[in-house]
Amino acid sequence: MSHAELDPVYAPPFPEGALPVLRNPQLRKNVAHAIDVIQAKRGRLVAEKTDWQELRTAGSAIRAHALENLDYYLEQFEERCTAAGGHVHWAVDAAEARQIILNLLREEKASEVIKIKTMTSAEIQLNPFLETAGVKVFETDLAEIILQLGQEEPSHIVVPALHINRSQVREIFARSMGLKNLSDDPHALTAAARTYLRQKFLTIPTAISGANFLIAETGGVAVVESEGNGRMCLTLPRTMITVAGIEKVLPRYQDLEVMLQVLARSATGERMNPYTSLWTGVVPGDGPQRFYVVLLDNGRSRMLRRPVERQTLKCIRCAACMNACPVYRQTGGHAYGSVYPGPIGAILTPQLMELKHAQTLPYASSLCGACYEVCPVKINIPEVLLELRAQVTDKERKQTLRFFDPLYLGLRMANLLFARAWRFHLAQRFGRIGLGLFTRKDGWIHSLPFLGAKWTQTRDLRGLPQQTFHEWWAARERGAK
Amino acid sequence: MRTSLFITCYNDTLFPETGRAVVTLLERLGVELEFRPTQTCCGQMHANTGFRGEAFSQAKRFVQLYRDAESVLIPSSSCVAMIRDQYHGLFEELGSESLRKDFAALLPRVYELSEFLIDRLGVEDVGAYFPHRVTYHASCHGLRALHLANKPYRLLAKVKGLDLAPLANTDRCCGFGGTFSIKNAEVSSAMLATKLQDVVTTGAEYCTALDNSCLMHLGGALHRQYAGMKTIHLAQILASTEEQPAEAFA
Repeated sequence: MSHAELDPVYAPPFPEGALPVLRNPQLRKNVAHAIDVIQAKRGRLVAEKTDWQELRTAGSAIRAHALENLDYYLEQFEERCTAAGGHVHWAVDAAEARQIILNLLREEKASEVIKIKTMTSAEIQLNPFLETAGVKVFETDLAEIILQLGQEEPSHIVVPALHINRSQVREIFARSMGLKNLSDDPHALTAAARTYLRQKFLTIPTAISGANFLIAETGGVAVVESEGNGRMCLTLPRTMITVAGIEKVLPRYQDLEVMLQVLARSATGERMNPYTSLWTGVVPGDGPQRFYVVLLDNGRSRMLRRPVERQTLKCIRCAACMNACPVYRQTGGHAYGSVYPGPIGAILTPQLMELKHAQTLPYASSLCGACYEVCPVKINIPEVLLELRAQVTDKERKQTLRFFDPLYLGLRMANLLFARAWRFHLAQRFGRIGLGLFTRKDGWIHSLPFLGAKWTQTRDLRGLPQQTFHEWWAARERGAK
Repeated sequence: MRTSLFITCYNDTLFPETGRAVVTLLERLGVELEFRPTQTCCGQMHANTGFRGEAFSQAKRFVQLYRDAESVLIPSSSCVAMIRDQYHGLFEELGSESLRKDFAALLPRVYELSEFLIDRLGVEDVGAYFPHRVTYHASCHGLRALHLANKPYRLLAKVKGLDLAPLANTDRCCGFGGTFSIKNAEVSSAMLATKLQDVVTTGAEYCTALDNSCLMHLGGALHRQYAGMKTIHLAQILASTEEQPAEAFA
């Protein structure tokens, strides 16, 4: 697989993208198992916080305030990061961000680079770009190593290799590291990864990271992780380049008190993530001596305009929404055709694409609301999904071909019927006759044509009753008189 | 006490027995029911598919039709959720000031069935008899939009003869989602298959809920699979007595 497979510009519509996964028992088992484990851990750790709802409210307020004053806090971040010895670059889109990073690497004369897991770099498709430009990229997050060596695509934003199980990891490592006798014992697998990684950490002096948070007050950056490989990237190299979306800013250092609590519990079901790295600019003799931050817009400032869509940017990438999502549980991440899958991906990706692509993603939800319930910063994902559905519909219904689309035709017709009760009642009578043609002796419909086939491919439908409720009521009223 | 029954478009068309059961139940409890025959739809299908203008017309129609009602009873949690969660936004964007005022005044008088029984009437024991093993599917809208919590269970607990079978993963969606079941039919079916495993494992004779939409989805698959389990709206269980069992409404 190449990275372009998770490029929303080329990805198939969601229902089509989901098909191969639905038919893949191994993948579905891996996804459901991994999610059940994370969900159970999260459930336990959220339950022990008696003030969980207050924490959510606080998290939501902090993020909303930051976004409402984003211009102020970003400039403050730039000023204080620069004062501490960092260099801040601004990138309007993915192409500019990639070019800035490549230029920085060329200044450093870097032909190799190590990376801390970063979703933002995946969003801008940095790895394939750098490889084409002749820079070798080495991921250092265990899951990212599995994907990179196995030439696989990420399917989750916190646990990107969640769709791959232990024995599949063994195969990938054995093949790519030349370890024929490797067992699938977790200790053996991590030992193999450690040997592979140590050599990279000790020889490659340039690193790329993302950021969980940018702190305006101090000009600092925060990265949280579980393995300590990020910590290695933050201490051994000479040069660090951090790429972060402009929405990642927090006003104050103290805001971390809330954000780190809700993030760890929501993401991995831990009270505290094992490694939290905070750094500000450059400290002589300690850590990277050259530090660059690339602030990425890539459609984000457009999302700030209206309050409903703006909520999307509150996201702290904990993935609780995808872990709770009954759709994601069936399809895993690849069906979404984006590095951001699940409910947050279903609202984020189409907006990053200005609704020119990924238009089927807002419909990839049954609107069950589980995502909103677990979101630690209270993003009302169903509300944003509905807003995006309205925008997609407004756009599509202007297209001539859509005029004859059965669903559009049906919904426009239904609207005419619902406007007058007599029309609705007449349609019920016609419906009874029409569906009567498909109703078997047992009173059930087993097969329907056209759009109805989408229903009857897996479910029966009870035939229409001989009397509607309003007909029964009217008859009763007449009888009573 | 008087209330106005909004039956909803799909209950009227597809599940009239649920409406008949609501009438039997409430009249037994001494509630005076009225039915306004010009009612049609709350607009949920259009709103959830992105047809905002159409959804607005139906929402406006609903408010105009019921603005003078003492209260409105709706035996469908997703339609109540539509009114509570989406009307406000639609009226802010497309409505007039007077419509917004009418809606604000009407909203506290709109009840889902279990809310009406417990919160408005203050009854849990409705004198029902249903000697069967039953499992309850807490539909997503009932659970997360209306926060019905234990209300349906409190009602079920008081039904004589009823053996309640606990359902695993009760907060998990059945995969219906309105037009989702058509637009994403395969994913919807996969979700349904997962849900059915839990439902069938209960060994219940009936699966009940406060939403006939979920029940149409579950029931359609149970019928297709000859699973030997039926779906039944909670209103029909609550209306059922020894003299007049649930079959009388079917």
